[in-house]
Amino acid sequence: MNELADNAKTPDTSLDDIEIELFIRALKLRYGYDFTQYAPASLKRRVLQLAHAQEAATVSELTTRLLHQPDFLPVALEGLSVPVSEMFRDPDVFLALREQVLPVLASYPQINIWQAGCAHGQEVYSLAILLEEAGLYDRTQIYATDFNESALRHAQEGIYPAREAQLWSRNYLAAGGKHTLADYYSARYELIKLDQRLRRNVIFANHNLVTDEVFCEAHLVLCRNVLIYFSDPLQDRTLALFRDSLVRGGFLCLGTRESLDFAPSASDFTPVDAARRIYRLGPRGTGKE
Amino acid sequence: MTVPQAIVIGCSAGGLTALESLFAHLDPGLPQSIAVCCHTGSATVDLLCELLAKHAALPVEEARERSPMQGGVIHVAPSGYHLLVETNRRFALSVDQRVSFARPSIDVLFESAAEAWRDALIGVVLTGANSDGANGLLRVRQCGGIAIVQEPLDAESPAMPAAALERAGADYCLPLADIAPLLNRLCLP
Ligand SMILES: C[S@@+](CC[C@H](N)C(=O)[O-])C[C@H]1O[C@@H](n2cnc3c(N)ncnc32)[C@H](O)[C@@H]1O
Repeated sequence: MNELADNAKTPDTSLDDIEIELFIRALKLRYGYDFTQYAPASLKRRVLQLAHAQEAATVSELTTRLLHQPDFLPVALEGLSVPVSEMFRDPDVFLALREQVLPVLASYPQINIWQAGCAHGQEVYSLAILLEEAGLYDRTQIYATDFNESALRHAQEGIYPAREAQLWSRNYLAAGGKHTLADYYSARYELIKLDQRLRRNVIFANHNLVTDEVFCEAHLVLCRNVLIYFSDPLQDRTLALFRDSLVRGGFLCLGTRESLDFAPSASDFTPVDAARRIYRLGPRGTGKE
Repeated sequence: MTVPQAIVIGCSAGGLTALESLFAHLDPGLPQSIAVCCHTGSATVDLLCELLAKHAALPVEEARERSPMQGGVIHVAPSGYHLLVETNRRFALSVDQRVSFARPSIDVLFESAAEAWRDALIGVVLTGANSDGANGLLRVRQCGGIAIVQEPLDAESPAMPAAALERAGADYCLPLADIAPLLNRLCLP
């Protein structure tokens, strides 16, 4: 008896966990957005934060809104997605792209780049600048994708708080920038706007890495700090998607703290610069050097 | 009583010196997994790990995404990423918004570790000039874990331990010099 009562007091699954699971299920059943294979700890944090921001007393309240108010879907997605980015984040990675990857891409008459999980677009503009400075941009097509519609709109506009510019300028120089970052934006009040010519060869498109398929043949896939949000099987599925998009010898660039140790598909890639998480499609020794 | 299986430690301003002296006095035979979140502001934690390794009796390494929290190892949160512990006791990283201006945030580490280790966790809040860690320590206590806070007057920066005490209280509030011996006692029954 006593034991039962104790169990009832401290069940393995907390009320929060049950409610979160129901919310995630509702999102999938009602709208097809599938978060069931996201890494649980940070997903839980974001759902609870969303509840807090929405002044909902419980996560179940969010579920009710989700099921009955279609307007709430974008709000929920915005809360669960993490469109946090920087221009030239990890400058040594962009330096390595400049020095080790672009010279190889230069041998293709037409270059396709897929930037998956582009958030507010800071990396897209960083890439465009690299390509421009290497004289390759005019024959490059960048596909910048995300599953967060409002993040994509923001990316397209390329308007950011001016306070970020200082850090980004330093990053740009550390990444081997040839001018000053200010050459690529105009500043107004508290905002900077990236030169819209930089997006002349960018296609912004909605693509969900969980449910959507290959849509282009890429020479470089850049997907940084997205796989950290995925569980092992989803990480593996996504890597297989990148493999199937890449041409033989194509490059894959991940976030500097992302680990491939738990993904069987990782064996399809050979490290080019392991510390900077730059890989090439094809087993060791068989890639075109 | 449950024997603790993991220790999480948070610190900010003054943290390096505090960690050096804490780790110098931990028993090299501790079987617990240890994770540290220290706001450094530098781009990597390589240097921090190196400095700590010089003093620590246990191996010190950067916490790696998806790798398990290992017993007898001090894992340090990478800079620029939140460090979380999944319920399967593996590490996860995120670049979610900063929490009280910090990434990595002590709250994020403590709250997730509390869910993962429940009452088998010890949370330690040391010197620091902000209030990160206070909510995390509260969660540690709610899940049945043990809370240790450095005596604010003994800390180089008292704000963080004071905030933790105010928000969460503590099972032990001690000067730094007494914390390693206490951990040894709690962890090596
Ligand atoms: C933290 S941001 C990374 C931004 C940038 N790549 C960087 O490293 O700075 C993660 C992005 O991944 C997107 N994302 C998360 N899950 C996704 C999915 N299933 N399909 C497409 N994009 C996704 C989010 O919307 C968010 O914009």
